[in-house]
Amino acid sequence: MSKPSAPTPGADLILSMRGIDKRFPGVHALKNCQLSLKRGEVLALVGENGAGKSTLMKILTGIYPEYAGEVWFDQGQVRFQHIREAQQAGISIVHQELNMLNNMTVAKNIFLGRESEGFFYSERRLNQLAQSLIDEFHIHVLPTDKIIDLSVGKMQMVEIARAMSFPQTKVLILDEPTAALSETETSDLFEKIRALRDKGVSIIFISHRMGEIKRISDRVTVMRDGEYIDTVVTQDTEIDSIIKMMVGRDIGQNIRKSASRIGSDAETILEVRHLSSPKVHDVSFSLRRGEILGFAGLVGAGRTEVMRLLFGADRLTGGEVLIRGKPVLLRKPQDAVAAGLGYLSEDRKRYGLVLGMSLVGNAVMASLNRFLSLGLFVNFAACLRATERFIQNLSIKTPGPLQLVKNLSGGNQQKVVVTKWLIRDTDILIFDEPTRGIDVGAKAEIYRLIEELTAEGKAIIMVSSELPEILRLSDRVVVMCEGRKTAEFDISEATAELIMKHATANTN
Amino acid sequence: MPINRLIAYIKGPGQQKAIALAALAALYTFFCIFGSHFASRETLISIFDSSYYTGFMAIGMTLVIISAGIDLSVGTVTVGSALVGGVAYTVWHLPMGVALVVIVLTGTLFGLINGLLIGKLDLPPFIATLGSQFISMGLCSVVARVQTMRYPSISHPDGWFKTVFFKTVSGFPMGALWVLLFFVITVILLTYTKLGNYTYAIGDNEEAVRLSGINIANWKVVIYTISGFFSGLAGIIYAATFSSITPQTGGGLEMYAIAACVIGGASLAGGVGSLTGTLIGVLVISVLKNGLMSMWLPVQWQQFFIGLVVLAAVLVDVIRSKKAHNAK
Repeated sequence: MSKPSAPTPGADLILSMRGIDKRFPGVHALKNCQLSLKRGEVLALVGENGAGKSTLMKILTGIYPEYAGEVWFDQGQVRFQHIREAQQAGISIVHQELNMLNNMTVAKNIFLGRESEGFFYSERRLNQLAQSLIDEFHIHVLPTDKIIDLSVGKMQMVEIARAMSFPQTKVLILDEPTAALSETETSDLFEKIRALRDKGVSIIFISHRMGEIKRISDRVTVMRDGEYIDTVVTQDTEIDSIIKMMVGRDIGQNIRKSASRIGSDAETILEVRHLSSPKVHDVSFSLRRGEILGFAGLVGAGRTEVMRLLFGADRLTGGEVLIRGKPVLLRKPQDAVAAGLGYLSEDRKRYGLVLGMSLVGNAVMASLNRFLSLGLFVNFAACLRATERFIQNLSIKTPGPLQLVKNLSGGNQQKVVVTKWLIRDTDILIFDEPTRGIDVGAKAEIYRLIEELTAEGKAIIMVSSELPEILRLSDRVVVMCEGRKTAEFDISEATAELIMKHATANTN
Repeated sequence: MPINRLIAYIKGPGQQKAIALAALAALYTFFCIFGSHFASRETLISIFDSSYYTGFMAIGMTLVIISAGIDLSVGTVTVGSALVGGVAYTVWHLPMGVALVVIVLTGTLFGLINGLLIGKLDLPPFIATLGSQFISMGLCSVVARVQTMRYPSISHPDGWFKTVFFKTVSGFPMGALWVLLFFVITVILLTYTKLGNYTYAIGDNEEAVRLSGINIANWKVVIYTISGFFSGLAGIIYAATFSSITPQTGGGLEMYAIAACVIGGASLAGGVGSLTGTLIGVLVISVLKNGLMSMWLPVQWQQFFIGLVVLAAVLVDVIRSKKAHNAK
């Protein structure tokens, strides 16, 4: 892993950052980092969460104007003080969290901040300009559509069209653009990325998904713990060696489970029959003690909707749920919690955790009743004891139980959510995309955690859009497509190809 | 076909406004039937006449609320600027025309201060304007030496400004034209200018606006200054309506303005709202006030029923968005 100094941009390079150093209070976020980008290439920028990718991009785009080091762009040295300067120079970024104006139109979103030179602007003109962009990118939206009515995929495309609408965008940064996209939308996006590249635009593509990096990028730059590790040519490099560089260790992404660990005599703990709602059509399945039931499918296949029905968050129009052979009515989440179900949302930060509260506060939140003395006062010492036990059992990395959850890493936050349900003695845990937004190293830990939970007799439903995850953990796999269950496999029969086939099956 | 488009509009984006308009008509009809002497030209004029200062406050408030803010100071700023204007006229012996300008400037100044506190110093709007509510109430009373300020009567030569709003040959509610004029100007601001676009955008998603390289602080200053300006205009009408202005009053008037916005479909979460809706909301409140009076109900019942209407308006909106959500 040699660290040659980045060359000055010339005919070949459009961008070169070198010796970039950035400190935040208490954190040395970037240590002497570098990055070079060729004209007309797709450069994947990878690294675990916290590796410094986003910070580096924020420096490049003028969001963080204070830093040490130099940035060379196009022909000369630059130091952007404001995101606008970067945009005008030709660097655009599509942020990971889609930052859009939900109640406003596509056209107004695209041209936000560039409506006109003067005080008045013409909406008709914006719509015309937007229409020509939409045509250019073949997005199936109208300039007058409100963002709130679009699918996430279309929103993403609108954001990219917006980024490309700055005159002479030479560098386009995409921060995890596929995180919320379905497979077809991703393919669509990649086609557009290639078209842009062929027009001479340079693209920095940030992603956690190794398969996509292999598919789309020409070169890969790896960062770890705020340091530049190496840049390699994608074609000549195995995924495993990229991951190795990212984590500094070999974690083996391609492990899969070969056979179910569950005997056919295991107790059936949950049975779901003919579950129906406007978005879910006649879905039945069962779950046994100690089992991991994987729910595979594309984004929008209706898996989360099934889980929401099961958890009483949405109203069902038909079907029944039996827990240990007894029918239960799940009209609201309280019913589900009382019946022993725990739901770990895909969006931890919004639905799973109170970020500004301490670890212990989050952990006991769903079971405060167990920690009351005289039926009124919270016995804090007991809360601490219970939480500390789980900090140890789940090896949560935290200075202590009083640490605020927002200061923990994604993987550790996920463990806090698990703790919350375990303290309640929940028997059935539903993990919805358990490793979304979690870096590769922490993923392995989450996997181990899920496996340990089943060893203790917990039954687990795991919704995941990542096939390696499904194949690695599940004992059985349910495949869904367009609100219907299209297949069910024992893990010994399941293959990625088979699952994909049923996930894209035309059920109509 | 325009009628189809109208139906689509009522079913879609204009639903809240249509409901508010229907409620206005229903209330008016109700009082015409059950109130004494309500169905008269005089009452209609009185409905308009009693709506002007709330109307001006509510126009400014609409901008603020669309930007996901709140301005709690408009009530005391309205009364406070009328006080200061009274000082300008009776103590400093300035001509009435200049005194009126002083009123508007006082309101605008408080708006500017709100804007600077919120835009530049990043104070939460609720806190900043709560502070300036007390400050404006206290400061203006001090300027008036805690004396009640009296404006000349309509027959006095200096009372000319009252005729601008209230008394005309034909008995036409002139003040409504003034409200309409500023309503149209503000609609143009909201619809065709960057100011309007950014008002909605900031209320919708401030972070997105920031990342687009837009100077949010400056636009917020403008938005709150406009709200202050409208409080100043409301101050003129307040002076014209009540003639004697008591120090340390005005707290609570802002609630009528907020209520009007909410009845008209504005969301306190920001990004949603319209001036047309707000104007309907102002009239709903005014019809309620006059109608309940015509039924000989004491003033407290006005507040009670305005409260009910506000809750009903928000409830309608909640049910509506739930339906829209489920339909998706």
